[in-house]
Parts: sequence; C-alpha cells; structure tokens
Amino acid sequence: MNSLVNAYVAQHAMGSRIVGQALVAHDGFSARYDLNRLSGVFSRPTHKLSGQSYVNKVLVLDTAKGGVATAWMLYEMRARNMAPAAIVLNSINSILVQGAALGDVAILASFEVDITSKISHGSFVEVDPQARTIRLLAPHELVISNEPTDGSRPIYGP
Amino acid sequence: MNLSSEEEAMLEGEAGTVSKTAIEHQIKVGDFFGAHDFVSVTQAHIMADTESLGQAGVMWLEKLADAGDGRVRIPTITDPRGTDFENADILGHADWMLELERRAITALQRLGVTMTDTCINYQTVQAATRGEHVAFGDTGVVIYSNSVCGARSNFEGGPSALAAGLTGRVPRYGYHLDAIRQASIRLRLHWTPRELSEWGALGGVVGRLTGNYWQVPVIEGLDRFPGSDELKHFGAAMASFGSTPLFHLVGITPEAYSLAAVGGDKLSVAHHIGEAEVRALSESYGVGTAVDVVVFSAPQLSLFELRDLAALSLGRHFKRPLLAVTSPQVKPDCDRLGYTATIEAAGGNVLSGNCFYQSYAREMSETKGWKRLATNSAKLVNILGGYGYLPMLASMRACVDAAESGELK
Repeated sequence: MNSLVNAYVAQHAMGSRIVGQALVAHDGFSARYDLNRLSGVFSRPTHKLSGQSYVNKVLVLDTAKGGVATAWMLYEMRARNMAPAAIVLNSINSILVQGAALGDVAILASFEVDITSKISHGSFVEVDPQARTIRLLAPHELVISNEPTDGSRPIYGP
Repeated sequence: MNLSSEEEAMLEGEAGTVSKTAIEHQIKVGDFFGAHDFVSVTQAHIMADTESLGQAGVMWLEKLADAGDGRVRIPTITDPRGTDFENADILGHADWMLELERRAITALQRLGVTMTDTCINYQTVQAATRGEHVAFGDTGVVIYSNSVCGARSNFEGGPSALAAGLTGRVPRYGYHLDAIRQASIRLRLHWTPRELSEWGALGGVVGRLTGNYWQVPVIEGLDRFPGSDELKHFGAAMASFGSTPLFHLVGITPEAYSLAAVGGDKLSVAHHIGEAEVRALSESYGVGTAVDVVVFSAPQLSLFELRDLAALSLGRHFKRPLLAVTSPQVKPDCDRLGYTATIEAAGGNVLSGNCFYQSYAREMSETKGWKRLATNSAKLVNILGGYGYLPMLASMRACVDAAESGELK
C-alpha cells in the first residue's frame, strides 16, 4: 500500500483511469473459458463469479488463464459496450496485455500483496494506470466520480 | 524500448500505415513488460476464428487490409477457422457465420497471410527448431514448440501474432529470454500415462499446480519417451489449465538434458503426482452416462490418431454424432488411406480446418441440442463448461463405444 489511503501499487499498468464497482474473487480469468459474452455474465459453472455480470465492472482476480482468444475478445466486447471496465490481477499473461492494448481496457498486474484479499467484493474503486494504483473510494468520493472532468470514464454501477 | 533505425522508420509511418499500426501495438505490449528491444522472428501463427473476432474484429482486419500499404514480411499462417465450409450443416452453422468467416479469410489473405487453418502446424507444416524465435498463437502450438522443439515464443494473441508477421519481430520479453525459461517448480511423477486422454489429464494436473504464465515446471519420473501425439495432448492441456507456455521433461525435452541444465537441481520437489491425481481430474468431469455427441478435437487429430479412430470405428453403427476434426494438411491423406470412409461408414464425420471449441460452440449446442459431450481431449473438457456443455473425459475407445451405445461407461 502506498501513501494514498487504501491504495495498492502494481508493478505493471496500461490504459486510462477508470472508476467503478469491483467484482472480486480468488479465481482466474479467460474470456473464452469463463464468460458468456452474449449475455455478459461469468458462465463457467465452477468459476467463483458464476452468474454475475462483468459488464463495466472492475474485475479483481488472481491470474490470467487459458488460451489466446482473450486478445480478440476484449476488443470485440468493447465494441459492443459489453466489456469489463478494468482488469486487475495478481499475475498476468501476455494475452491479456495484448488484448487490453487493442481493446483499450485498463489493466493493473503484480502487487506486493494478494490484491483479491485487499479489495472487497462490491466496493467502489479507482484504477489509475498512470499511477499504477487501485484505490478504494470513500462514499463521499462517488458523487465526484460520477462527473469526470479529466477525460476519464464515469463510474459504473448503482 | 530501444528501436533500430528500421523500427523507428516503421513507427514514423515510412513503411506504411499497416506497419505503423503493428509496431505501435507491439511497443505498447513491450513497454508493459519492460522489454528493452525487439527480436527478429522467422514465423508467425495467428488465431483468428470469427467466434473470437466478432464483427468488430473482422472490421478491424478489413480496415488494415484496406490501407493497402503493408503485407506480412515472414511466413505467417493461421490457426483453425470457425467452421468447416463443406460440413457447416453438420455443425448447424448459420449463413451469417460462414459469411463472417469468408470476410475474415479475404482480409487475412489480402495481408499476405497463408491460410493453413491448423493448430498442429508443428506436425503438419513446419516445426520450429531449437533456439528459433517465433510468434505463435494457440497455446497448444506455443507450449509444444517451446518445450518439445526448444523454440522461443510467448503466447501471441491474434492481433499480436499478425503484428509480428507485419513487422517481422516481437518485443523481447518473457519466453524469448534465457532466465525466464529456467524451471521454477519441480514435480515428480510416479505413474506414466498410456492413453492420450490420460496424457491430457496429466497435463491438466500439472497446469493446475503451476497456476500461472510465469511458472515453468520441470518434471521427472516418466518411465519411457513419449511420442508426438502424447506430448501434444499433455502440453495442450497443461497450457489450457495453467496458461503454461513451457515445460521441461528431464532427459527428454531439448533444454532439459539434465535436471541442472534448467536449474531444477536448486529446487526441492514441490509435488508428487501419481495415477490417483490423474484419475481424480478425469473423474471430476464424470457427469453421467448419457451422451449427446462424441468429439475428437483440440488439438486437431494427427494421421495416426485418425488411423486409430478408423480401426475402432470399423463395423460399428453409431447412435450418436461422432465428429473427428483434423487439419487441411492431414485430411487428404485420411481420405486417400480410407480412414475417412471407415469412420463415415460407421456414421461419424471427419471435419477439416476448424476446431470444435472455436466453431461457435455455444450456438452449436443450442442448434443441435448437444449438451452431454464425450471426448478424449482434456483441453476440450476444460474449455466447454463455460459454453454450456457437460463435458466428459474418456479414452478414445470408450468414446467410440459411447457413440455406438449412447452411453459412456
């Protein structure tokens, strides 16, 4: 954790600042293996987020899994406004980075802590790739975040 | 990243907008991983089925081709397509799927890509050699090429593999570096598989234990030298379950001529794996006995696998659809040698140029009513759960029996 309150610093980062609601699990991520991209939910029955919508959420998960298809699928989901807002992982693979580069999805990876144990499921967070941080937002910050003035994307969720 | 004068020229657009787009993408990825420079590659292999690409991905390819000022610089080939055009009705594929595939093929061809449509190019097109830097897509291709051939590749997703073809290079990070290829986890086997399904299940167990892209297992204890198809299923499943790009088998794979050669002597044995662990993985997919469809795919079948399947199919009458999927390079031999005729006389089908899970698996399930699927591919059972299937893992013989009786025993 850095000097910012409730902020965690990643070793690797890419993309634009985003604020949104976190979907958290100590499980893997593969767009091909884990998602129903038509309905926008985790569809692998054994996934800890099975049945939950990932659309416009900040996914906080353990590791990138599976095959190469995620590289195309992030771009395809983004084109239909059915992509996650950001992906935050303890451990990443080359595919997710390549897909995020094409699909313009914010990503953070590699922390000194298990990031899935530090971010609460359903909490609201700021992902700032320039600062390489994910930060838990206090309730009073949510209103401000709904009206971005710096070109970042607005908050998603309730 | 440090760029050569040629790379600087590409980035400035002096080699055309296509090369500029490609190298900009590669620099983003290289910067993320802290790559210092590029390394030249000799081949690229692109995964670009349209179930993954969607309309948006195909339009992205078409826009690149429309620019008209760039083509691939090195041999650049393709992973399986999303259909077998000659057998699309068997798969229940709609016209829009075929049209999207045709558009993708046209765009890739305009960029100079060679449509090999195979995930077993190391068996059928040209295997990479030890130390050869390549840009391969399809995790099964990468893990086989890195581990069995001693080549050097990261998992290259479709956009990045195409970029590599267009620039002739990749950012130098990950499995292009000596240090990353050293073993990081040591495993000891106490049982050697016999069936291909068992090799796949063992790969799945190892993949789960390794757990992420940066772990490199070194494995001791096999009691014989495995063949190409065995290592194909072993590696494909390991890459699928673990996102693992490289393994070392002591005394078998080229970089592990000894345990010490890959740094394994500095590691204590982290896990012991026996028959029980492999059986447990297989049985975790045992969801019942009734079967809707039997599939042999993922990876595409070699000629020897098809020979074995034909022998098992001889004189049978299948109650359930049986699909065997191979590459366009193997299919003509399968036809010429009579394997196709034998399998199809029993009621099966031999498909070519696609792969089951890359062929709109969810839509196939809905259109054809296929849910309970039997296969000998551990990779396939790992993937299909998310597509709504109840996959079951068994030997080739047991799967053929299931096609005949309708039940997996």
